[in-house]
Amino acid sequence: MAELKELLKEQIIDVLNLEDITVADIQDNDPLFGEGLGLDSIDALELIVLLDKEYGIKLADPKQGKEIFSSIQTLAQFVEQNRTK
Amino acid sequence: MYYISQYIQLQAGTVLFNGNPFFQSEHSEFKGFAKELYQKLELQYPKFYKMDNLCKLAFLASEIILQGNQESDVALLFSNQEASLGSDLQHQAHIQDPEQYYPSPAVFVYTLPNISIGEVSIRHQFKSESMFLLADAYPSTYLLPYTQYLLASGKAKKVLCGWFRMQDDNYEACCYLVEKEGPIAHETQTIE
Repeated sequence: MAELKELLKEQIIDVLNLEDITVADIQDNDPLFGEGLGLDSIDALELIVLLDKEYGIKLADPKQGKEIFSSIQTLAQFVEQNRTK
Repeated sequence: MYYISQYIQLQAGTVLFNGNPFFQSEHSEFKGFAKELYQKLELQYPKFYKMDNLCKLAFLASEIILQGNQESDVALLFSNQEASLGSDLQHQAHIQDPEQYYPSPAVFVYTLPNISIGEVSIRHQFKSESMFLLADAYPSTYLLPYTQYLLASGKAKKVLCGWFRMQDDNYEACCYLVEKEGPIAHETQTIE
């Protein structure tokens, strides 16, 4: 799980062009949206594409995203339980 | 008569502001140039890094020319030849292969050139008149009278006109601010 969380942080920094952020800056339980990394709605769509492309996970209901993307911890748990690749 | 109060040129790693050297980058390629200029301006605007290159170019030029500007009623008249071709090609690459069909939302939102106007407007909180024109060369015969009209009719207090070329690492921005006072007359020979 720790390895997956590190990988997710690297992928998020890469696909969202978070130039001033490093893996060490993102704590596992930090909120990704709002006060945390300050991600926006386009970033949320980009994360949905990331899940599909890298882990073979298709989010059928975008409303699921709010819970799944609340932190690296919740995202990693979801990926581990649902990944197909 | 209206006047050009400020003007700026960005090209090949060099920035000239009102005809004077303002910045010289160690990088001639756009990515390095844009990041270095952003850092020199000491901006705190993380959204900059998410913009496509056309928006970054328009953003940086506008940022410099609007330094110290207090007027919110600034019309934006931007133009170029390529529209959003860079982002269009990037988007096409993401959807080209049916087996690897992963369009990027962050790329797709920039597949219109007038998004650059939106980025500048958001940054400066402008809710003003705006237009993005596509043309083979700077459309001065149209933009000169339209700029005069916007100012004369009171639809804008100032007009920021810009020509923003962006294709791969070939980039060029020529931008000027028109208002009631300034050192240069706003006429055809001064804007071409």
